Amino acid sequence: MSLMTEITILVLAAFVGFEVISKVPTTLHTPLMSQTNAIHGIVMLGGLIVVGYANDPLEYIIGTIAIAFGTINVVGGFMVTDRMLGMFSKKPKPKASSDSNSGDKA
Amino acid sequence: MAGVLSQIPYGVLQPGGDGATALYIVAFSLFIIGIKRGTHPSTAKQGNLVAAGGMVIAVVTTLLLDGIGNWGLIAAGLGVGATVGYIASVRVQMTEMPQMVALYNGVGGGAVALIAWSEIRHGISLHETIPLDTLIPVLFAAVVGSVSFWGSNIAFAKLQDLIPTRPLAVPGQQVINVLLLLGIIACCVDIAVNNSDPSQAIFILILLAAGLLGNLVVLPIGGADMPVVISLLNAFTGLSAAAAGFALDNVALIVAGTLVGSSGTILTMEMATAMNRSVANVLFAGFGGAPAGGGGGSSEERPHVSIGAQDAAIKLAYADTVVIVPGYGLAVAQAQHAIKEVADELEKRGVTVNYAIHPVAGRMPGHMNVLLAEADVPYEQLKEMEEINPEMSRTDVAVVVGANDVTNPAAKNDPDSPIAGMPIIEVDQAQQVIVIKRSLSPGFAGIDNDLFYEPNTSMLFDDAKKAAADIAAEIQNL
Repeated sequence: MSLMTEITILVLAAFVGFEVISKVPTTLHTPLMSQTNAIHGIVMLGGLIVVGYANDPLEYIIGTIAIAFGTINVVGGFMVTDRMLGMFSKKPKPKASSDSNSGDKA
Repeated sequence: MAGVLSQIPYGVLQPGGDGATALYIVAFSLFIIGIKRGTHPSTAKQGNLVAAGGMVIAVVTTLLLDGIGNWGLIAAGLGVGATVGYIASVRVQMTEMPQMVALYNGVGGGAVALIAWSEIRHGISLHETIPLDTLIPVLFAAVVGSVSFWGSNIAFAKLQDLIPTRPLAVPGQQVINVLLLLGIIACCVDIAVNNSDPSQAIFILILLAAGLLGNLVVLPIGGADMPVVISLLNAFTGLSAAAAGFALDNVALIVAGTLVGSSGTILTMEMATAMNRSVANVLFAGFGGAPAGGGGGSSEERPHVSIGAQDAAIKLAYADTVVIVPGYGLAVAQAQHAIKEVADELEKRGVTVNYAIHPVAGRMPGHMNVLLAEADVPYEQLKEMEEINPEMSRTDVAVVVGANDVTNPAAKNDPDSPIAGMPIIEVDQAQQVIVIKRSLSPGFAGIDNDLFYEPNTSMLFDDAKKAAADIAAEIQNL
């Protein structure tokens, strides 16, 4: 990809980000921040590429730590967001039936 | 097992080839759809799964790139990361969510900085001139990633009470920060100018200096401003990931990183607006570091009314309308379930109960909503500040649970107050106010709350959870 193509992509993605996120209810700010936080864990791909093509010991170490860090970011981020959002989605139920206390065994 | 493994199409995708790029496009489309769905309560959970699906596609695509090796190390990194991430996310209490996000953000930034380092090493080892359109993004990723890593860790440590939440600043802090930043830029220029043979030592110096800068910028920021800081660092990590994408020619990194960067910027600005301050003011004003104007030692002597759980129960039970104003103290005391019990008891008696949520209540915007959702509080009872303030004068009793600065009338009445102009929940307009709090101590802003000394305010000094449980029991006994 040429630099200008990459910058084009960057600018368009920035506008998409602004557009998609505006008008979010305050209620969902925490889970949303947590979800976008998980998405930037995509840097783990960089770690995979570094380690995948590495051939010197220090790069092995740096890259493996980068993979581990990125994976914590991704796995933890998405899972914790899922836990939070689970608490929102069970809300309409308690009025109808009484199966409460099912959400947070974790 | 070996049979299954041999059928995996290792190395079918060419790096930068059409196949890999197409799959990355699918992945980032799923991110956008996921974020979009995350903006409505009904679709948010599904949206999160969609985005996670995008991430799986992106990772699998990368693993299938031609020439990828060192599978043992990759498995080790993935295994350790997934285990730690899983355990942390399952164990974390909802009250600890802000520091959890800070920590995840930090490791993300750390990963970016390490990848940048590795890219520089790779470039140096080739003994060829590193093109500037690779080198500049690498330097950007290194600086911002390192700032984000250390800044997030400090934010985590503050929120986890590992270090004092009060602003910590050294004299001449701003000057030191500016000098440090200039030094970092100078080092970056040096590497860029000598791009035929850049010095790895200088690069490591950049990483360290950026780390120090991350520490110094976040340390002076008080606990109340942490939500803004975390959101900003989140945006930073996103941008640094995008920069890494430029260096690695990876479209998924560029798009995903930029999305997070721009959405994080919006969230940061919204939060700063909710506190009536600019982002620059949050970062550089050392808010709360200034001595509390006129407060300090004399505050304990101002007259206030103290009541017990029984009196509070009577006030509440014979009210028509009650508004509960939760703050971070509720989260710390894990009192959300106990408060819900009080609300249930009151509703049985025909009292109308609502919750007033300040935009920056808790230590993260929306944090209170998550906690109250955990306690099964119906969505319709959660009122935003603009919605509830006009109702306040018609409210019989406002109950402030562990909130402080966001109810301080000084924000409206005292132009000299450090929080002057900050939008507040106007509980002082209610007929009566009950404040459940451990002591009269000031909040994160470090200033005395005039509300506590109003004639219609009663203080109930206790742990929020215990006080709420006591009140619920007393209401039952009436």
